[in-house]
Amino acid sequence: MKIVVCIKQVPDAKDVRLDPVTNTLAREGVQSIMNPYDQHAVEEAVRLKEELGGTVTVLSMGPPQAEDVLRQAISCGADNAVLVSDRAFAGADTWATSYTLAKAVQKIGDFDLILCGKQAIDGDTAQVGPGLAIQLDIPFVTCIQKIREATDKELVMERMMDDGYDVLAAGYPILLTVVKDINNPRVPSLKGKMRAKKTEILVLSAADVGADPAKIGLAGSPTQVVNVFPPPPRGERALLTGSIDEQVEQLVEKLAVYL
Amino acid sequence: MLIVDNDQCTGCGVCEDNCAFGAIEVVDGLAVVAETCTLCGACVDTCEFEALTIEGAEKSVQVDLDSWSGIWVYCEFRGGNLATVALELLGVGRKLADARGVKLVAVLIGSGTGDSADRLIGHGADIVYRADDPVLHFFTDETYGAVLTDLIRREKPEVVLAGATAIGRSFFPGVANALGAGLTADCTQLAIRADDGALLQTRPAFGGNIMATIECPGSRPQMSTVRPNVMKELEFDSTLSGQIIDVKLDPAMLKSKVRVLESVVSENDDVNIQEADILVGGGRGLDSEKGFALIRDLAKSLDGSVSASRAVVDAGWIGYPHQVGQTGKTVAPKLYIACGISGAIQHVAGMQSSETIVAINRDENAPIFNVADFGIVGDLFEVLPKLISKIEEQRKS
Repeated sequence: MKIVVCIKQVPDAKDVRLDPVTNTLAREGVQSIMNPYDQHAVEEAVRLKEELGGTVTVLSMGPPQAEDVLRQAISCGADNAVLVSDRAFAGADTWATSYTLAKAVQKIGDFDLILCGKQAIDGDTAQVGPGLAIQLDIPFVTCIQKIREATDKELVMERMMDDGYDVLAAGYPILLTVVKDINNPRVPSLKGKMRAKKTEILVLSAADVGADPAKIGLAGSPTQVVNVFPPPPRGERALLTGSIDEQVEQLVEKLAVYL
Repeated sequence: MLIVDNDQCTGCGVCEDNCAFGAIEVVDGLAVVAETCTLCGACVDTCEFEALTIEGAEKSVQVDLDSWSGIWVYCEFRGGNLATVALELLGVGRKLADARGVKLVAVLIGSGTGDSADRLIGHGADIVYRADDPVLHFFTDETYGAVLTDLIRREKPEVVLAGATAIGRSFFPGVANALGAGLTADCTQLAIRADDGALLQTRPAFGGNIMATIECPGSRPQMSTVRPNVMKELEFDSTLSGQIIDVKLDPAMLKSKVRVLESVVSENDDVNIQEADILVGGGRGLDSEKGFALIRDLAKSLDGSVSASRAVVDAGWIGYPHQVGQTGKTVAPKLYIACGISGAIQHVAGMQSSETIVAINRDENAPIFNVADFGIVGDLFEVLPKLISKIEEQRKS
């Protein structure tokens, strides 16, 4: 089983705070981490490898420092790591990103299964996984919460829906995006950490993967951010006053329209 | 590429403070851009000295934008029901279509859709494309994607919208990618620019800390998923008339390599918290699963649904489908009551669009009070029983 896992380095959301006075982002000391959903994708890939044999290749598109998250994935059991990195990728939207990743996957070679996190916590779009599958002309399923059975022929799995879940069966090749319920990612072993330090990371440029310059970065992105502004303030802190009984009474009055 | 005009830059650092990605740093009195820059443009607007500009690479392929016409809404139909968000999207779609002087078109895909197409017309659609086939009983990305992609290729609409539901957020990215179309996820505002028909798609970014407006300048259709509970549906009007067109389905479109074996609907009927008008959310402040029962009681007294913070879901007091926040669901009910929820930014990102927010917490410094319209500082185990009995009393009278 040849598995490719796509991972992204993102700013740690828990460090990002909104300054309540200026309403701007206070990003002092924001750490870069592996996108949390991607950790579950790496873990699932390593589990499938342990069950069925094969290799796990982790792939990231990002600046040179994204090597950190690739090494983290190696320490958790991935075998190989590939970084596609090029200044020409700057400003890529989800279309250009999925195109670039598809070119990189094709460069890596054969695969049976591609795993991605459901979405990245900086953009929250959930669009790159499905886009990558379309670019590679393979089927995809999003929001997998459980792989019930895996053989080298077929997967039986549960995909999360708004009203419950669907049980699905599919063969290979296929791309899956996973939610965090799928597993509990392991802590890297000491041996894994040693290996992560030594592993050579393959770094590929836009030219190396044979990407069409018109389809990458800002030029290849159908969407463009044209304005960024703080969300409208929600108004003043409005604490009720008086005894608890009085406050409850006031609140019920205020909420009368909803009762 | 983000260009810094070194003659204009004063090294004030305002851009550094406003960059969500940590991509600008002031070095030796000048702003320096790192590779982590996503060209979001946040810094450009904040620079008083106009020292920052984004130099866009020219699009190599320009499509004939004027040959694309009409506002389309994918109307989700699952388990025998139209999704509420479908009707909400017809509401905003009607406005967009009228602004452009074009038709509002609904796309209905499913099996046993009954009178749904008529309902869509009563809610504002001029035309309904109906793909009704037993094979489409279960949703799969391949079949639904193939039907919609084919229709879009043939009819060339300028805008295509879907609800930002599990289904919309899954198959729309595939459709958009296949068409080479721009897609913006989770929009909370939509407007159209009259002169060139550009759809201005506004969505929360970075966990709701900033709002971003997105355009698709050189491509059509312009596609968006829109959060449920944000747009307003139009009143049903039985006098409205429209055209229903049954879509001819090519057998190749109805093939899927992924087979649905079973669709399991959660036993809790209130699991779809995005559709709820009233939500009562519980957090760590409830102390235990037993304490969390108070949340269910309060929700029951209001005929509302139950939601929870991530901490509560991680503790196993309630299932993940009830989680509100950045890694859970985004909700915008008419009333959201946060009980024992501190209000971490990730949670707030998932509920700040609610119409009215009430916070009850023992810690008066909890950030949840910053987004609350009404706040009570107090012990939940004292406040909630009193609140429940007062509400019940009020509703009886």
